[in-house]
Amino acid sequence: MSMNLMSGSTEIPVRVADIVQVSERVKRFRFEPVAGGSMPVFSAGAHVVVSMNIGSRRARNPYSLMGSVTDLSAYEISVLKTVDSRGGSVFLHDSVKIGDQLTVSTPVNLFPVEQRGRKFILIAGGIGITPMIAMAEQLTAQKLPFELHYAYRNDQAGAYADTLKARYGHLVHLYIDSRDERIPLDALLKNQPLGTHLYVCGPGGMINWVLESGRKAGWPEENLHSERFLAPPSGKPFSVVLERSKKTVTVGEHESILEAIEASGVEPPYLCRGGACGQCLTCVVSCDGTLEHNDHYLAPEERDGNQKIMICVSRIKGSNLVLDL
Amino acid sequence: MLVSGIKSRPVYTGLILDPHAEHHLIAVEGEGALAVLDMLSPAPRDAAEKATILYTKAGSAPVDHEGALAKLHPYRLQPLPTIQTLLIRLQGFLTTAKMGTRIYIAGTEGFIGQAMQVALNNAIDFHSVRTEHRGSLARRIQCVHCKGFTENVTMSHVPCAHCGLNLLVRDHYSRRLGAFQGVCIDAEVPGELPPAEEIFP
Repeated sequence: MSMNLMSGSTEIPVRVADIVQVSERVKRFRFEPVAGGSMPVFSAGAHVVVSMNIGSRRARNPYSLMGSVTDLSAYEISVLKTVDSRGGSVFLHDSVKIGDQLTVSTPVNLFPVEQRGRKFILIAGGIGITPMIAMAEQLTAQKLPFELHYAYRNDQAGAYADTLKARYGHLVHLYIDSRDERIPLDALLKNQPLGTHLYVCGPGGMINWVLESGRKAGWPEENLHSERFLAPPSGKPFSVVLERSKKTVTVGEHESILEAIEASGVEPPYLCRGGACGQCLTCVVSCDGTLEHNDHYLAPEERDGNQKIMICVSRIKGSNLVLDL
Repeated sequence: MLVSGIKSRPVYTGLILDPHAEHHLIAVEGEGALAVLDMLSPAPRDAAEKATILYTKAGSAPVDHEGALAKLHPYRLQPLPTIQTLLIRLQGFLTTAKMGTRIYIAGTEGFIGQAMQVALNNAIDFHSVRTEHRGSLARRIQCVHCKGFTENVTMSHVPCAHCGLNLLVRDHYSRRLGAFQGVCIDAEVPGELPPAEEIFP
């Protein structure tokens, strides 16, 4: 098989090869390269950004790759339908059909498995299970010990719970909220061999709870890993002046600064589009209101400094923002 | 001759107590004991009660800090005759230690480097180990030619203890080996050397 990528290309045209309804609100999509050949190599924990044309708008959402790292004939993602968000997941669920073409970015891994670790605790909440599926597969292939703790809302919500249980048996622990089952986190944190790494993906509250409990149990920061992609929050429209490009764009109510800038033909660098990676960090020249930092990348002092903004998820409260772009 | 600004040159940020640790595992050599005293003396009493201190007087041989360390009333204090025996004991503890154990290392650079090697070999992240350099600036050197180690080097260049080549002591550091690199200084004209200076007293 030959590589289908031109060198330097970051966007890969793909065809939707399969769509499977996994649970009430989750669908799995299989993307094959339009040009044939194989997809680029990735490692467990990686994500791609899927680009979609929704009406006149171009939406780009990050999704974790969940397939086996040894199967490069296609990428697989699972998408939770969130009706009250900005439409990417609803579009994938309701409008995308087998045979349609989309574009995915080359994979980026902000949540890699620490290869020197001795043991791995994977904790997932809801759709946060997707990177863990790739991790469990990779760790199994590497013969590294792991356990997977997966919490979800109710019996209908546990996407892949049965498959994982069947494949990994006692390594998989399931917790169903509606049955009042909770991850026994404190006990879990207390009894792990030195060199254990913990990975958590899920809702923000759960991630904070797990990380905070880990720190309080004396786990070093270096052994606690999390990933969460934020959808850009909505807000009042405002205008953005791109000082170097000499352009002015309007950021709509349900649009991110990055999306508005892209629509004007300027292409700032980005990787995750979810406030996690830091790639789209942009210098603020001036702002007539206050910056609303929604990312979890900037350090508190950088936020307060009002000189930097992550344009993928952050906004301003005000009417005019001037950026060094 | 010493090229500065080499990024691999380790930085020791000092012993800072992790208040959340279930257990403190402290490897300490010579004057490093003073860093442990500075960390634990002002700390709440339960800090020492959770501490295992592995101590060898090595570098500070004329002064023995064992008595001062004992006055901290640590959970466990193990005086050991040499760095090598301490490293073996450290390995023993790390084999069975649980998450929640925080590792601290204090002493000369050569000691920190070797204890860190043991930690790294036990899947501990480099950045999670808290270190403080106390005592002599003497360096542990690896000869890049014969790969032999020469300990306690205080001079700007030194003959390799193994192959005898005259080695320039560099800032270039190997975390894996726990040693600075020594490179032949007189390859062009053997024996033609600048005067050696004591720069790591």
